[in-house]
Amino acid sequence: MKILVCIKRVPDMESKFKVDAGGTWYEKTDLAWRMNEYDEYAVEQAVQLKEQEEGADLTVLCIGGDQVKETMKKALAMGCDRGAHIADDNSSSKEPFEIAGIIAEYAKDKGFDLVFTGMQSQDRGSAQVGILVAELLDIPGISTIVDFVYSEGEVKVKRELEGGVKACVTVQAPLVVTCQLGLNTPRYPTLPNIMKAKKKELLSLPVEDLLKVDSRQETAKMYFPEKKGGGLILEGDAPELVDKLIQILKEKTAVLA
Amino acid sequence: MKIILVAEYRDGKLLASFNELMDFADKMGGESAMFLVGDDNDLPKYSGTLYLADAGIYGEYNPDAHKQLILDLVEKEQADMVVFCHSSYGWDLAPRVAFALKAAQVSEVVEIVDGVPVVPVCNAKLRRDVQIKTKQSVVTLQAGAFGLPEEPAGTPTVQKVEADLVGRVEFTGYEQPESGGVDLGKARIVVSAGRGIGKPENVEMIANLAQALGGEYGASRPVVDSEWVEHNRQVGTTGQTVAPKLYVACGISGAIQHLAGMKKSEFIVAVNTDKDAPISEAADVLVVADLKEFVPLLTEKIQSL
Repeated sequence: MKILVCIKRVPDMESKFKVDAGGTWYEKTDLAWRMNEYDEYAVEQAVQLKEQEEGADLTVLCIGGDQVKETMKKALAMGCDRGAHIADDNSSSKEPFEIAGIIAEYAKDKGFDLVFTGMQSQDRGSAQVGILVAELLDIPGISTIVDFVYSEGEVKVKRELEGGVKACVTVQAPLVVTCQLGLNTPRYPTLPNIMKAKKKELLSLPVEDLLKVDSRQETAKMYFPEKKGGGLILEGDAPELVDKLIQILKEKTAVLA
Repeated sequence: MKIILVAEYRDGKLLASFNELMDFADKMGGESAMFLVGDDNDLPKYSGTLYLADAGIYGEYNPDAHKQLILDLVEKEQADMVVFCHSSYGWDLAPRVAFALKAAQVSEVVEIVDGVPVVPVCNAKLRRDVQIKTKQSVVTLQAGAFGLPEEPAGTPTVQKVEADLVGRVEFTGYEQPESGGVDLGKARIVVSAGRGIGKPENVEMIANLAQALGGEYGASRPVVDSEWVEHNRQVGTTGQTVAPKLYVACGISGAIQHLAGMKKSEFIVAVNTDKDAPISEAADVLVVADLKEFVPLLTEKIQSL
């Protein structure tokens, strides 16, 4: 069995963001970076499947500059067998169809039985890439899964819908699934596995060889939303803040009555 | 501009979000038509043509068949734009339609400014204006970003549509969330814990404040996913929607999915160290403080009142 998991390196969402000089993306310096949260669940599920299926081979793919190799090493330490780094210093300006095009171009003819990825990235958040990869490869794609069971070519998943309802779906491999938060509990790489990961194959491929589709949209402008909330901001020492808040609750609400 | 609005139907019921699609169409101008895989007995109050496919035949989740029905309709109507809700149905189906049409898809549109779609980035901390380069386009709308001020009262002109029944996936049924547990929707006061509480031991601190206020405690999704709090206390799109007299968000950054579940609360207090956190937009009062210090002090003070 051949498995592919596609991951992205994103900034920590608690970071202080700035708009870059071009005005179309965020400034990438002075940010803390990590694996896209949704992709951590994808990596974990892919590793679990590899462990379940004897002889399975698991490739992790990531598009970006050299920095993304750090994130890929985490995926290798979690249990991926090899890395395919698509070297692209301009990946952040690529729209979802281009990203999907690159992944599908890499994956076609390689015979992957299962392709895992996150249901969206935390920064761009388009929720398109996984389904587009499935369409490009002409295989089924199922989004937003919170449960995954594989047995002899048949996959049973549960999709998460609004209000906590789940839809149960059965489908035959090959297919693409996009992973929702809570699908599993992503493992922490152990020190021995971190050491082992350093020896695993991590090949870089130039993006030019794989980008064969044209972009269909662009970012005209990036900016901070206008602050609309006329909310009051309280700052100071905790005891003083407590008194101020209680005063406000007494004046504005009936909850302390 | 000719727009196709894709309404949703689940578990035998039309979803009320069709009204958000109608508001979007009004704001865009031009002509629209609505599409639904649903049933005659539960139709959207839409004054226009409704192309209706039978959910009994095409299923509630059959992306291959639903895609084909929509593509046939786009062709018939010579549509310029196909609009979905950014929901588990919409974000699953929209990319398939966009791919087949060779059209750009713009996800999670929050507003249209001079015809330009605006979308959130980085958990709504930033926004982007998107320039579409294709003739046709597909968009998905952020839940709650659009919506008519009053309930629509129209009656659609129904046209039944059919397509070849294709489908590579088999939908085998719904699994309902565990029933019982806590009905946060009925609580007068809800105090919720977010990722900012730091560790599971701190849930107690939040529960204590809720108790002191005579309310219930809830949690945001990351806290539930980490299994610090059970799912039946989750507030947000995939949990419960609440509108209490007072909502206290502790260490919650304010992801869109969480805001959708609590923004109708009468009075909102947020406790957060980050003044720029999106929760500040929804909050009536933002207390900039370390909740681990602030919350116990507040609890103590309220108990002594």
